[in-house]
Amino acid sequence: MSYFRAENLSLHFGGLKAVDAVSFAVEKGEILSIIGPNGAGKSSIFNLISRIYRPTSGRIFFEDQDITGQPPYDIARLGIARTFQNIELFENATVLSNLLVGRHRHSTTQLWQELLFLPSVRANEKVHRRRVEQVIEFLDLEPYRDKLISGLPYGVRKVIELARALCSEPKLILLDEPSSGLNVEETDDMSFWIRDMKNELGVTVLMVEHDMSLVNRVSDRVIALNYGRVLAMGSPNEVQQHPDVVAAYLGA
Amino acid sequence: MRFLFKTDYEDDIRLFPHSGYVVSYGILLALLLIAPYVLSSYLMSQLVFVCIYATVGVALLILTGFTGQASLGHAAFLAIGAYTAAYLQKYNVPFPVYFLAAGILTGCIGALVGFPALRLQGIYLVIATISFAFIIEEILARWESVTNGNEGMRIKAVSLLGVTVSRDSPTFYFLCLAVLVLTIVGTLNLLRSPTGRAFVAIRDSETAARSMGINVALYKVKSFAISAAITGFAGVLFAHKLSFISPEMFTLQLSIEFIIVILIGGTFSLHGAVLGAIFIVMIDPFLTYLKDDMPGIIAGIAATFGAGMQTAANIQAKVAAFASLNGLKGAIYGIIIVLFVLFEPLGLYGRWLKIKLFFQLFPLYKRATFKRQKIYVKSERNR
Repeated sequence: MSYFRAENLSLHFGGLKAVDAVSFAVEKGEILSIIGPNGAGKSSIFNLISRIYRPTSGRIFFEDQDITGQPPYDIARLGIARTFQNIELFENATVLSNLLVGRHRHSTTQLWQELLFLPSVRANEKVHRRRVEQVIEFLDLEPYRDKLISGLPYGVRKVIELARALCSEPKLILLDEPSSGLNVEETDDMSFWIRDMKNELGVTVLMVEHDMSLVNRVSDRVIALNYGRVLAMGSPNEVQQHPDVVAAYLGA
Repeated sequence: MRFLFKTDYEDDIRLFPHSGYVVSYGILLALLLIAPYVLSSYLMSQLVFVCIYATVGVALLILTGFTGQASLGHAAFLAIGAYTAAYLQKYNVPFPVYFLAAGILTGCIGALVGFPALRLQGIYLVIATISFAFIIEEILARWESVTNGNEGMRIKAVSLLGVTVSRDSPTFYFLCLAVLVLTIVGTLNLLRSPTGRAFVAIRDSETAARSMGINVALYKVKSFAISAAITGFAGVLFAHKLSFISPEMFTLQLSIEFIIVILIGGTFSLHGAVLGAIFIVMIDPFLTYLKDDMPGIIAGIAATFGAGMQTAANIQAKVAAFASLNGLKGAIYGIIIVLFVLFEPLGLYGRWLKIKLFFQLFPLYKRATFKRQKIYVKSERNR
C-alpha cells in the first residue's frame, strides 16, 4: 500500500473540470513534484488535499486511512502540513508566534489551564519553544525571531512559511511553488532545505513547482498535469522528454 | 536604550520582560491603591467607571482586536450581566454566586451569538451583532415579569461576607479594580498560550489557521464566549455602580462607546483598553463643561471684539441652542472615531509608544518606524 494515495480525484466548477479523475501515489520518504502549465490544476489538487475545496468525486488516503471526509483542521492533525503559493502568514504577529501557531496540533492544554497559566502550560510552552528553535536553526532564521511579518522581505517570508509548516512536525508536507518569487541564490538554499527535510527530518514531500532546475535537482519522481489530467509520470528526465508534455508546454 | 539579552526560553514567556516593568507597574498599582484616600469622591466615581469600561474594553479587544470579529453588541452582553445580577439579588442570592452566574450565563449567550457569526464576516457580522443588541433591548423592555420593563430595576448595594459595600466606598472601587486586574492577567495568560495564538491566527488568515490544524469555528465561538463572559462580569459591577438599571441604558450608543474605547486606545495591546476607557469616561464631564460654559465664553469673546450687548446675547443663545441639540454627542463621537482612524490608527497607546521611542532614540527617531508596510498584494485568497 502506498503512503499517500489519491484515487480518481475530481474537482468541477460547473462545467469546468479543474481536476479530472487524477490518481497518483506518494511513497514514504520521497519527493514528488507536480508540474504543468498555468491552470493545469496543480494548486487545486493541494487545495483538495488540505480540504479548502471539497472534491467533486474521488478519494484520498493517507497511511491507509480514508481522509476524504475529514474537516480541514483534522488534516493538519494527521500530520499533513502545507505552504501557500501566495504566502499566507499571520502578518501582524512576530515570526516567533507565527512559528508557534505551527505547533498548534501538538498543544494539549485546556482553556481554564491557560487562563491561569498553570505550570503544565508553562512547561508545554517551553517544549514548543524548543522545537521552534530547532526549526529556526534548521532554516537559518535566527535574525528574525522577534520581527513582525509585515516588515519582512518576500524571500524571508517564504522561508518562514516553510518553517511554520515544519514546526508542526509533519509526516507529509505540501509545498506550493516553494521557489516562486525567490532569486537564484534563495532558490538554491530552498533546494538544499527540501533535500535536507527528506534526508534529515524524514519528511515526505509533495511539491508544485515551475522552476524545472529545482524540480530536476530535488525530485525523485515527477507528475505532469494539463487541463486537470495526468499527462505523464516518472523520473524528471522521462517526464520532460514525454511527447505529450513537450506538446503541452510548446504547443503541438 | 536597554538591550534585552535573552538566555532562557522563559524570557519569551514572562509577563514582565525586565525589572523596569516591575517597578513601573508596581508604582502604578501603589498609586491606584492609595487613590481612594487622596482623590475627591467625584474622581473616585469616575475611576470606578474607568475600571468597568476598561474591563469591557479588554473583553472587546479579545474578540475584535485579537480574533478580528467586530461586535456592536457588547451593550447587550453588559445588560444581560446587569439584569442577571438584579434578578438574582431579588431572591437573596449572595453576591459571589450571582456574580459568577451572570458571567457564565452571558458567556453561554455569547457562544450562541458566536454560532451564526461563523458564517458572517466584516460588515455583515457587525449588522448581526447590532440586531442581537436590539433584540435584547426589546426583550428587556417587554419581559416585564423578570425585567420590570421600562420602569427598570433597582439593585441593592453589594453584600460581601455579611458586610454591605456601598457603591461609593473604597471597597467597591477595590472590587472593580480587582476584577479589571484579574481580567487583564487572565487575558495576558491566554494570549501567550495556544488559544491566544489561535485567535491571532484566525484574525490574520483563516485559511492558514485551518491548514495549521486550528478548528476556526470552535475558536471563534470560544472567543465570543470569553468576551461575553467578561462583559457579563463587568455588567454586574455596572449595575451596582448605577444602583438602577433600565433598558434605555444599554443602547447602541453604549456599544459604540465600547468600540471607541478600543479604537482610541489602540487595538493591538491591552494598554489600549485602559487608555481608551480613561478617554471615554473623562470626555463626558468635558463635554458637559463645554455645553454649560461655551456659550458664555464665546459671547464674552464676541463682546471683547466689539459686538454689542444685543449681538452677544444673541450669539450666546444660538450657541447654547446648538450645544443642547439632540444627538450632538453621537456626532462628536463619530468625528472622534474618524479622526483617530485617519490620523492615529494605532490609538493612544501607539502614540505613547511613538513618544517613548522618540526619547529613547533621540535624535535618530524616524517617522516611518510605525508606518505599516505592504510589500505585495495577496492576489488569490481562498475564502
